Amino acid sequence: MPRPGPEPVQVVKQRRDAALKALVDGVPYIAFLGVEFDRRGDELTALMRYDEKLIGNPLLPALHGGATAAFLEITAIIGLSWSMLWEEIESGRRDPETLTRGHLPRLPKTIDFTVDYLRSGLPRDAYARAQVNRSGRRYASVHVEAWQDNRARPFAQATGHFLMPRRDGG
Amino acid sequence: MDKDETTGRDMTTQQFMGMLPHARALGMRLTLQGGGKARIEMDYDARFVGDPETGVIHGGAISALMDTCCGAAAMSHPAATGRTATIDLRIDYMRPATPGQTIRAEAECYHITRSVAFVRARAMDDDADLPVATATGAFTVEGT
Repeated sequence: MPRPGPEPVQVVKQRRDAALKALVDGVPYIAFLGVEFDRRGDELTALMRYDEKLIGNPLLPALHGGATAAFLEITAIIGLSWSMLWEEIESGRRDPETLTRGHLPRLPKTIDFTVDYLRSGLPRDAYARAQVNRSGRRYASVHVEAWQDNRARPFAQATGHFLMPRRDGG
Repeated sequence: MDKDETTGRDMTTQQFMGMLPHARALGMRLTLQGGGKARIEMDYDARFVGDPETGVIHGGAISALMDTCCGAAAMSHPAATGRTATIDLRIDYMRPATPGQTIRAEAECYHITRSVAFVRARAMDDDADLPVATATGAFTVEGT
């Protein structure tokens, strides 16, 4: 029996990008802060474009610690949700076509979140990546780092614990 | 602004909030500041929603409220010298805030050294007996 050939690259990309877009577009606060996600395979990089409304201290000027914290928390929640969604979609258990309003995956709930401010956030674009250190059936632990010009010099990092949504049939 | 409830040191509450574009963007109102304590209110807004299924405000918006309120408390301590920056901030989320309700944060700077202000805060909706979140943080004491 001949093995089926690999799926065309555009079909794969379209499926993954549509799923990510549905997940991110569902959250109003992500749009309010102007955060976007760049996908390379299963790896996500969050981008927060500089905007005057993100400033905390206009004299320096520096990003508001609250904007930085929110950026990190958004990156953690989407990173964690995406890691679950990726498996569901790639295994064929979930059809990305069904990811519409009212049918989005339930998001993890933040239990606690600790932000470490390493240096002041400059008035320019910021990037962040989340690493899921542990993802169990009920609890998850996620670490996030945010940087600006230089990946090796993060300006903030955070660790959060999350309550996982109940999964279908579980 | 409410003169009775503020220290009126070198900055009015209005000026303080005006200095923080991000706090303004989130519609925060400083309703008390002085003696190492601060209270800030933030109205419910559909743009701040984090969970589209429930309409609950995003934790990030609560973080911004807590950070601003803790910073305001640290700055208003009699031993503080002026500007402050967050060193670290931990937030515990006890329950989802009820959609539609204003969230009020109250912070207290409970210890200060020449370099560090230690602050704790609570965030509440209409049911003040059951906080939505608590926070603890360390802030820089700048100058001198």
